[in-house]
Amino acid sequence: MTETATDAAPFAIELKGISKAFGPVQANKDISLQVRKGTIHGIVGENGAGKSTLMSILYGFYKADAGEILINGTPTTIPDSQAAISAGIGMVHQHFKLVENFTVVENVILGAEDGAMLTPSVNKARKLLKQLAEEYQLHVDPDAVVEDLSVGHAQRVEILKQLYRQADVLILDEPTGVLTPSEADHLFRILNGLKDEGKTIILITHKLREIMEVTDTVSVMRRGEMTATVKTAETSPEQLAELMVGRKVLLRVDKQPARPGDVVLDVTDLKVIDEHKVEKLRGISLHIRAGEILGVAGVAGNGQSELLEVLGGMMTAQGGSISVNGQEIDLSGKHSDGQSRRARGIAHVPEDRQREGLIMPFMAWENIAFGYHHDPAYQKNRLFMDNAALKRITATEMESYDVRPPNPMLQAKNFSGGNQQKIVVAREIERNPDLLLVGQPTRGVDIGAIEFIHKQIIALRDQGKAILLVSVELDEIMSLSDRIAVMFDGRIMGERLPDETDEGELGLLMAGVTKGAA
Amino acid sequence: MDLAMLLQLLDSSVRLATPLLLACLAGLFSERAGIFDIGLEGKILVSAFFSAAVAAFTGSVWIGLLAGIGSSIVFALLHGLASITFRGNQLISGVAINFLASGMTVVLGDSWFQIGGRTPQLEGHARFQNLTLPFAEQVRDVPVLGAIYHDLLSGHSILVYVGFLLVPLTWWVLFRTRFGLRLRAVGENPAAVDTAGISVVRMRYTAVIICGVLCGIAGAYLATGLSAGFVREMSAGRGFIALAALIFSKWRPWYALMACFLFGLLDATGSLFQNIHVAGISVPVQFMQALPYILTVVILAGFVGKAIPPRAGGEPYVKER
Repeated sequence: MTETATDAAPFAIELKGISKAFGPVQANKDISLQVRKGTIHGIVGENGAGKSTLMSILYGFYKADAGEILINGTPTTIPDSQAAISAGIGMVHQHFKLVENFTVVENVILGAEDGAMLTPSVNKARKLLKQLAEEYQLHVDPDAVVEDLSVGHAQRVEILKQLYRQADVLILDEPTGVLTPSEADHLFRILNGLKDEGKTIILITHKLREIMEVTDTVSVMRRGEMTATVKTAETSPEQLAELMVGRKVLLRVDKQPARPGDVVLDVTDLKVIDEHKVEKLRGISLHIRAGEILGVAGVAGNGQSELLEVLGGMMTAQGGSISVNGQEIDLSGKHSDGQSRRARGIAHVPEDRQREGLIMPFMAWENIAFGYHHDPAYQKNRLFMDNAALKRITATEMESYDVRPPNPMLQAKNFSGGNQQKIVVAREIERNPDLLLVGQPTRGVDIGAIEFIHKQIIALRDQGKAILLVSVELDEIMSLSDRIAVMFDGRIMGERLPDETDEGELGLLMAGVTKGAA
Repeated sequence: MDLAMLLQLLDSSVRLATPLLLACLAGLFSERAGIFDIGLEGKILVSAFFSAAVAAFTGSVWIGLLAGIGSSIVFALLHGLASITFRGNQLISGVAINFLASGMTVVLGDSWFQIGGRTPQLEGHARFQNLTLPFAEQVRDVPVLGAIYHDLLSGHSILVYVGFLLVPLTWWVLFRTRFGLRLRAVGENPAAVDTAGISVVRMRYTAVIICGVLCGIAGAYLATGLSAGFVREMSAGRGFIALAALIFSKWRPWYALMACFLFGLLDATGSLFQNIHVAGISVPVQFMQALPYILTVVILAGFVGKAIPPRAGGEPYVKER
């Protein structure tokens, strides 16, 4: 990349004074943005900062209340997606807009067919897909059914869809949220290839590492406003984080060395075979001491979820044993449920907070009670729960866990991802467990909340509790854990100390390669 | 059972399967586009009534057919309005349509003709006559093949042929045309259709209108082809049987043909063989007549394998942020 070339390039997209309100909420406030042709332009901001709204306006999903859009210097109105497509704008949504049981080629031509008959369009698309695959390393089998594809491949279909429509400007909304590290790297190579061909790319993300790695320019949004636009080469993650949150943020977790005590959790030769007779756990053994965080790293789908679910009582095991504080846990299934696990001092922040952690249409105070609704503190008498007390307790917890807005009567679905997670974390930590299971604590959570949740986990450790942390974010594992176990294909490939390893070594273990074998 | 009797049974099955098939294909278009329609029954009934009534007034079965289709489209648009525009519950809207049709046909019929909710007996040009296919008379004496041609293939009302030709046509539209691709997509993932720049609302209304047209033909055939006039509740659950056939066929046109023919065959068996003796036990006629309904219950209870409906079926489309 030569600085001078990109500096001189004309603007592909220019937004002037864009404002948009949803009822009383001002999602975008007088936003101006200039994106040069042939560059990768990052837009960062916390969840709810207005990034997606801004891009939806550019893609014709919403109509701006005020402001002007210029495409290649020409003022353009974009009343609907059709207009955006013909203006050469393509969008890859965070949640893919693919028809799952259609083939790749059917998805690609949908809405961009050449005529009333399908066959000519399909043939043409097949040829073009082959060409695009060569050109940009976007290899996907055109006749594969989308639901059989991996997430990374499905995303390629989304990109191909836009290229097939001859998009010059590609908007990608949180594209790496669902990808493994290697899939994300491949995506970035594709994006760089597209840039070299003169395409303009707008990358929306809240992951600063990606911004630093791949973008030329970066704009920061905070609370509906554009706070800064800087050259990536001239900024730092710390500066960007500060611009996003509006205050200094500690990207590195500040923690003292662990002072491990007695063994709290002891797992021996744990085996899980699922209903398809697939071995999900092939003999897992590990232990965690009091006052210690064991981080489990690995690419999603290598048994980490099953490990959490067996420990949390959501799944039965077919072999092995688990003991907590020296007492064995019944794995037969009879007493294998969340309730009995909680009675043994195990708390669980599940991986998927929206499915397993919360009931979305229920109010915050109701969600705070789940799993602990037998707690005597919540009972008025033998028949009735003490809802008033529960609401009071919830209000206090929301205050101390900085849940915004601190309103116990709000439904869970109306909180942002980070605040939903804080509700779950509050519920599980406040019950003072001996062992905390945490799955993907910061998935889809904004920077400010990540910092907070990490602090809570460290604080719990320092109170002498044992913590099992499962995360696909290697950064998170590296910075929080006192010991790191890497899982691959239902086995633990090895344990490392964070000070004595690096991302390269862990990455190899995550791919199933041990040093001895290599 | 000899050949003549077998042909009679099959011939009768074809006639009885036709309204089911038309309704089933109607449902297929609607449900493939993501609009569940339990109001097939009501649309058949309302079309049966209006086609018979208008045919009785005008003496022309064709004007009757148009009236039947028109009335069915109006009902289909009501369903569309409730479930697409106002994003209401599609099941409730369908139930409402069935009730409305059931009550309205009787009230109007009684007030217009004053013969207990029936329409007058239709005769001549006010009814669909059976067509004799070319050379049917000449070949009728050719053994087996001639008999099949004359007794089974020839001698049906034109709507029967329309119904059966609609099967390959539906397949072709659904899987070989741009319209079909978009229709299927809108029933699976309307968000994908919306972001591709196609109007979800327009696609779904189109599907609902096609559904109305086909239900209209089904109803008109019932009153002016299969019978000679309207009698109250003459749809007799056919809309629901068609729905069962639709699920049985897993929303695919050729399977729909087979499923509907099976129901037609059961229906024909019930009325043709009043008493069947199996191994010394006499099966009561009521049981035979109940067979199609029993099969419906079995199918709807999910005893015949897992049927995966279109994924966005039954859910109104709301643009997400």
